[in-house]
Amino acid sequence: MSDQFSAWQLILNGDAALFAIVRLSLAVSLSAVALAAMIGMPLGALIALTRFPGRSVLVVLLNAMMGLPPVVVGLAVYLLLSRSGPLGSMGILFTPTAMIIAQTILIVPIIAALTRQTIEDLWAEYRDELTAMDVSRTGRMATLLWDARFSLLTALLAGFGRAAAEVGAVMIVGGNIDGFTRTMTTAVALETSKGNLPLAMGLGLVLVAIVLAINAAAWGTRIWSERQAG
Amino acid sequence: MRATVSDLPLVLDGVSLQVGATTILAGLSLSITPGAPTLIVGPNGSGKTSLLRLMMGLAAPTAGRVSWGGRTGSKPVRRAILFQRPVMLRRTAAANVAYALSQAGTPRNERAGRAAALLERVGLSDLGQRPARKLSGGEQQRLALARALARDPEILLLDEPTASLDPAATRGVEEIVLMAAQSGIKIVMASHDLGQVRRLAGEVMFMVRGSLRERAAAADFLDRPSTPEATAFLRGDLVI
Repeated sequence: MSDQFSAWQLILNGDAALFAIVRLSLAVSLSAVALAAMIGMPLGALIALTRFPGRSVLVVLLNAMMGLPPVVVGLAVYLLLSRSGPLGSMGILFTPTAMIIAQTILIVPIIAALTRQTIEDLWAEYRDELTAMDVSRTGRMATLLWDARFSLLTALLAGFGRAAAEVGAVMIVGGNIDGFTRTMTTAVALETSKGNLPLAMGLGLVLVAIVLAINAAAWGTRIWSERQAG
Repeated sequence: MRATVSDLPLVLDGVSLQVGATTILAGLSLSITPGAPTLIVGPNGSGKTSLLRLMMGLAAPTAGRVSWGGRTGSKPVRRAILFQRPVMLRRTAAANVAYALSQAGTPRNERAGRAAALLERVGLSDLGQRPARKLSGGEQQRLALARALARDPEILLLDEPTASLDPAATRGVEEIVLMAAQSGIKIVMASHDLGQVRRLAGEVMFMVRGSLRERAAAADFLDRPSTPEATAFLRGDLVI
């Protein structure tokens, strides 16, 4: 009981350390979603509209990669960025940049796979009309991505949910450095193991509340804009 | 550039379409030139839709060849098609027309003006800012006509565009089609509605089981059909 009480107190008092952690977590995960969307959506649309040998293998692979274990991605990025790794000279291991890179790699497959499915379904509906209008391949991709915008919001949310919830990748490539690379999830893990349950619970509550709020906002936006655009 | 390229005459030379073991179209040879509206009639499954898809270039024949203005395998330049159930883009009505204009190569600064003119031409001026998918079936079909006309076609193919519309909406669509025909656009339209054939047709192509059984001036076909199948069809019998 008293632990829960202290957790609420931390939130209500606007504990500075807590909010720094929340801010960093959101900055990292939202940047990763934005980057992954820029890569994953065109990639998904391209796969949806192109027929080539080995396509089914690629689609299966992409779907399977939605379940990439974060620690494995973290390890791979760690090896790339560590001092002796191929990109070691950049010196970005244990920085928020490295965390964004790892989370981007983690969620590109999610956004690309969900986009591929959505665009392929919409293409079945639009094929005749767009062919009759002689729309170019890039034009088709752009048209389908735009017209699927409401459904694609779900893909973004899935990506954000994954990024906001994972511990393994950010822990390995960020290092959980206090005040620099500590996120909500890594802090919860650390504080729990230290026995500082109030802070762990406060962070846990905030994390759940944020994910809930973002999903509610996205849902509302979708309902509203679908009503506008049909 | 577009003025020098023509999609007419549209010529089918020994065209067949086979899907698996089924023959959809069997050895069609015909030519479409400018003139009064041509209506394609025949029972369901006689190949009307497939014929229109071949004429549009949406499907390729398994034998024979289709050519537009002497070119084969040509991209749609001056031709457009209206489907029985048009697919509206998830945008406003005006944006749907503007999209078709942009695909037809209309410069950006002319699109809004021309879209407004086209919407007026199909009687949708007041609904330009409405989401296209919220329009009624008849309004959607008229919007699809505006989109097709945005391509400045010489030939407009229509696949039973009024099949699921009520009489008032059907009249709205027919008026636009007649207006397009009067402005010199060649109309080729599939229909199963003999009243519509009477109202619109200059000539009739009668199809049974994937082949062209009769091609004649509309009045001749309706009053003096020359094949027993056409006689039976006009009498209202099932032609199998």
